[in-house]
Amino acid sequence: MRRYVLRRLVQIVITFFIFITLAYFLLEAQPGDYAQIFLSNPKLTQAQREALKATFGLDRPVHERYFRYMRSLLRGNLGISFSNYPRQVADIIFERAPRTLTLFLTATVVSFTIGFFSGKILAWKRGKTLEYVATVGGVTLYTVFTPWFGLMMIWIFAAALKLFPIGKFITPTLWRGAPIEATVLFQRMLLTAFIDLLILFFWLLATRAVRPDRRRPVQWLGVLVVLGGLAAYWVPTGLTRYILDILHHLVLPVFTLTCISFAGTMLLTRNSMLETLREDYIMAARAKGLPEKSIRDKHAARNAMLPVVTSFVFSLAFAIDGGVITETIFSWPGMGLTLLEAALSQDIPMVMGGLVFTGTLALLAHLVADILYAYLDPRIRYG
Amino acid sequence: MQEPRRHLDEFLSPEERERLRQQPLWKIRLRLFLRSLRTNWRLFAENRIGLIGLAIIIFFALLAIAHPILMKYVWDPTVYDPVVGYAYEETMQPAPPSSRHLLGTDPLGRDVLSQLMFSARSEFILGLVAALITVTIGTTIGALSAYFGGPIDTFFMRLADLIIMLPFVTILIVLGALFKLDLPKLALVIGILSGFGGTTIIIKSQALTIKVRTYIEAARVAGGSHWHIIRHHIIPNLLPLSFLYMMFTVTSAIFSEAALSFFGLLNIRMSWGLMIHTAQTAGYLLNTKTWWLIVPAGLSITLLCAAFYLVGRALDEVVNPRLRKR
Repeated sequence: MRRYVLRRLVQIVITFFIFITLAYFLLEAQPGDYAQIFLSNPKLTQAQREALKATFGLDRPVHERYFRYMRSLLRGNLGISFSNYPRQVADIIFERAPRTLTLFLTATVVSFTIGFFSGKILAWKRGKTLEYVATVGGVTLYTVFTPWFGLMMIWIFAAALKLFPIGKFITPTLWRGAPIEATVLFQRMLLTAFIDLLILFFWLLATRAVRPDRRRPVQWLGVLVVLGGLAAYWVPTGLTRYILDILHHLVLPVFTLTCISFAGTMLLTRNSMLETLREDYIMAARAKGLPEKSIRDKHAARNAMLPVVTSFVFSLAFAIDGGVITETIFSWPGMGLTLLEAALSQDIPMVMGGLVFTGTLALLAHLVADILYAYLDPRIRYG
Repeated sequence: MQEPRRHLDEFLSPEERERLRQQPLWKIRLRLFLRSLRTNWRLFAENRIGLIGLAIIIFFALLAIAHPILMKYVWDPTVYDPVVGYAYEETMQPAPPSSRHLLGTDPLGRDVLSQLMFSARSEFILGLVAALITVTIGTTIGALSAYFGGPIDTFFMRLADLIIMLPFVTILIVLGALFKLDLPKLALVIGILSGFGGTTIIIKSQALTIKVRTYIEAARVAGGSHWHIIRHHIIPNLLPLSFLYMMFTVTSAIFSEAALSFFGLLNIRMSWGLMIHTAQTAGYLLNTKTWWLIVPAGLSITLLCAAFYLVGRALDEVVNPRLRKR
């Protein structure tokens, strides 16, 4: 097991460097010189231009610049953004990445939960009208043209029903004179949410010691205690209305993303369930006279989960990929929107930074998926 | 090979036997092909979902075919041209749907229905070209790396690993923002990225199971060269799976094109994504009253993508025996 993980780790580090190299030379190969765009201000004299070029290292040959970039990348320095001059690229990523991660983590978790439960039922009702309706509806949502669907959601829920704001991260009028910056508050929110989830996870783990028929109330008690703890921490600070404002802005994008992606999980679970249902142990469970629900949930669904779990981890890797579109529609100031704006304004260091971030995330998720898969399926470990 | 023929001959008169012997090979192959097509069609038609997808695809194909005919015989090009036409009889642009313009006109006075039908053709061409490139690359590389193994296999599989880890849409958007892609270039990029990526891995694993079949060994014993075995025994058996992955590539190609032209990153005359982009740049994006600028185009993209995906899934149940009902 350890050898397998180590081998994958080495492969992934190599892949990462190939990816960065490819991205770097791809951006170098674009027509026109981005230095010219940045340096074409007529107020600058020739000497000033040369000095600026030298400052950014643009007078050097490509390979020399490449090695310089890689050296500073290893030291964690991603350079300075042109369009947000003089902010550091790493600083911008640190500010915007949590927003993207929150949006997509929430959406992915919700859509996988819904997808898994609906897929389970779908496999059970094979051949019924419900299956056709759910499959056609699900696939239509799954392949829906995301910008258009996002717009429809905004039309219906924000413009017509006025239930949610039309986009953006906060309501500027509400935040005028707020005692805290939105980014700082958001980071604190994430921290408390993370701690609470951790507590909840261990609580649920601990409830396995309780007898099965008494487990439910104890689990609900844990959820209530954690929610109470959150309220007890935040209400005295007087920041609740700002938190609710951020959450309010989060609802519509999460709902949209869930609608789009739950069908993928649903269909995967269905296929996986259909394969599991032909196994002998399902017949054995039937022969024992177990109730249908128990066969479905405890015998079939548990074993059908393996591909679903892996695809969950993979889909985290592609959070930012779909993020460009969703974030643009909802003007959600995360990494996707930043990357698109940087690409459109030829802000090369920012584009590189975005690609480095996306690449790192994708590779890490792949590593986690590989380890998880090897842990769950011994055939891969020793194969 | 001799056994079944002798068995069959017992039922035939000598003249008939002679006639069958003299039949050219292509006729027999054609009949076999038609028979397998019939069986597969029956399996496919069992799945009503696939038929829905096929119906949608045929609908859009008819739209695409009808457009040049309408332009030639029915519609006046100065009014109905999808790119340079102008509906001069309307006082306000964009004009709502009327009997002259069934889906209204866009902010520049062009007929929306004509744009919709004109774009259908380029979506089909883009999707099919991208899918053909993908499948050609995927099948060739998959067959080669499964057959030879060793360094070829390692190289292409690591390459595929690298490509599937790349954020696909992001890369296309960055490329589109920096290079101004047009339709053939986009088809090429999508075809290459998905051809060397996930498709290869799946086709290779299928090729591995074919490689160990006994008829491959028989062909080798009979003195077949590597090239002959790959071309005549491995690739034909991979084609059903390749065809299936073509459908999924078409979906992703149409989606990528729409997303890129929605952001205005494609160098293209007219497409469904560009129609929404035009509505956006003219400021009609959040205006629910001018729904005909956005709903028909968005719905078309969604329906065509979903249709190819549904057909792909239905084919999956034909190609993949594990998912069949029996």
